[in-house]
Amino acid sequence: MSILKIKNLNKEYKGGLKALNDVSLEINKGEIFALLGPNGAGKTTLINIVCGLVNPSSGEVTVNNFDIIKQYREARAFVSLVPQEIQLDPFITVEQTLEFSRGFFGKAKKPELTKEILEGLSLWDKKDNKVIQLSGGMKRRVLIAKALMNEPEVLFLDEPTAGVDVELRRDMWKFIAKIKQQGTTIILTTHYLEEAEEMADRIGVIDKGEIKMVENKDILMKKMGKKQLLISLKKTLENLPADLQKKYIVLSDDKKSLLVNYDSELNLDIAGLMQTLKNNNIEIGDIVTKQSSLEDIFIDLINE
Amino acid sequence: MNWIGFFTIYKKEMMRTFRVPLQTIFSPVITTALYFVVFGSAIGSRISVGGDVSYAQFIVPGLIMMSLLSSSLAAASSGIYFPKFSGTIYELLSAPLSYLEITLGYTLAATSRAMIISVIIYIVSLFFTPVPIAHPFVAVLFIFLTAFTFAMFGFIIGLLSDTFEKLNIFPTFVITPLSFLGGVFYSVDMLPGIWHQISYVNPIVYMINGLRWSFFESSSVSPLISIGIIVIFLVACLFALWRIFKTGYKIKT
Ligand SMILES: Nc1ncnc2c1ncn2[C@@H]1O[C@H](COP(=O)(O)OP(=O)(O)OP(=O)(O)O)[C@@H](O)[C@H]1O
Ligand SMILES: [Mg+2]
Repeated sequence: MSILKIKNLNKEYKGGLKALNDVSLEINKGEIFALLGPNGAGKTTLINIVCGLVNPSSGEVTVNNFDIIKQYREARAFVSLVPQEIQLDPFITVEQTLEFSRGFFGKAKKPELTKEILEGLSLWDKKDNKVIQLSGGMKRRVLIAKALMNEPEVLFLDEPTAGVDVELRRDMWKFIAKIKQQGTTIILTTHYLEEAEEMADRIGVIDKGEIKMVENKDILMKKMGKKQLLISLKKTLENLPADLQKKYIVLSDDKKSLLVNYDSELNLDIAGLMQTLKNNNIEIGDIVTKQSSLEDIFIDLINE
Repeated sequence: MNWIGFFTIYKKEMMRTFRVPLQTIFSPVITTALYFVVFGSAIGSRISVGGDVSYAQFIVPGLIMMSLLSSSLAAASSGIYFPKFSGTIYELLSAPLSYLEITLGYTLAATSRAMIISVIIYIVSLFFTPVPIAHPFVAVLFIFLTAFTFAMFGFIIGLLSDTFEKLNIFPTFVITPLSFLGGVFYSVDMLPGIWHQISYVNPIVYMINGLRWSFFESSSVSPLISIGIIVIFLVACLFALWRIFKTGYKIKT
């Protein structure tokens, strides 16, 4: 079931820049969706339209079937945003800024929730500190904590781990996985492909305002898992010997090399293969392996 | 109506006021006390404003109004300008808050702050001269309406400004001169010929005289006309705000 539906969404900024071009996308309830794309692709624009910060030029967006413009109260009640930039009132305390966040959503104070969230993000001991006294990574966690105070069903994380150190990034992944387990739908953007690999159920790629691909991560990973072994031969080979006639081994058209396709499921016995070649008196010139990664797929898509 | 949301904005703004009491509360008090010493006591003893009202008493409603105008305007304009400037406005825009709730949160907080300041100024003035108030309820009505109207006006300025400079243009070049010319320190009746007539174009004249009437039961303008002018001004602000919000002008891209 999809919780967020985006239909034919367009955005043209003043001055004529077209940031989104006929974007349609559905997000399933409970999933983690990673939106990838180069700088200026339109990720933040898309998120900001859903959250009410940017006016769409045309198109329709619904959250839980509530239109984000006509029924903005119902639609927004479910949605929280962690913005890309650190935007915090510097002069109030961490606890205070969290309580305000909940208040804006029209929800009564809930001290035990504040505590739970602050503890979950290792900020409990900072609760009485003013925001200005925190480090950059702490501020980013405060932004996440604020978004959670609304107990959202849909959480947007616009580059949640930008400027966060490696160790903390792993902690945040765990934390995000925990939120997902509680049933929250999460849409995140990131420039770290491994982050998308690690967390996402589905991955979308956007470039120049257009969605280039939306794919289940496992299927993507299978594509990525594909490996090729290229064996150049010293002498041309007319025919594959019988014990090398396997469906994953191909003799090239110029008969000068062998191509072995395999993936993580096929546990290729490389030593065995070498032995078989030797037994058939086939001399090897050179061996090259190739592996396609999410990065290759990503770069292929955006260079089209 | 998202009452909690509205009240959260109100509370946030009131906390901001009390976080910098020197700037927001004491500075107008000191300024007013200085005016009092210079104009009320030193020069005032030689000026007659007619009736049995002394000059020191005469300037009290004017001084209150002058602070009221500038503090409600400044509170509301900076209140909305800074979140826009720093980006924290994202929280308000993404919350289930209507523009009405956001506007009322900011403007009523600015109104409260200005009203607190006017009470303090009144108390300060009591150290210099006894100031009886003939119609306290009317006085509160004038103070509330004026503060609320200027808070609306300030809110509009804060919404439309995209630089600090623009934020300060109105207070410096319009509000301050108009309040000095609005009869804080003199009765507009004292002005000769054409200046007397020109004064009545200045809306602040009506506000000061309205409050003055509630204090002394005498003023250059009838209190009903004063209320009428304030209400017209308030409605004009509301209309302007409605237009701004309808188009999202300068709030959303
Ligand atoms: N307020 C604005 N006014 C005009 N153009 C804008 C505005 N905000 C963004 N843009 C433009 O819209 C395009 C998309 O920007 P957006 O911020 O959505 O990209 P992004 O995918 O989030 O990039 P990044 O990875 O750098 O955060 C860019 O070309 C940007 O310059
Ligand atoms: Mg972005």
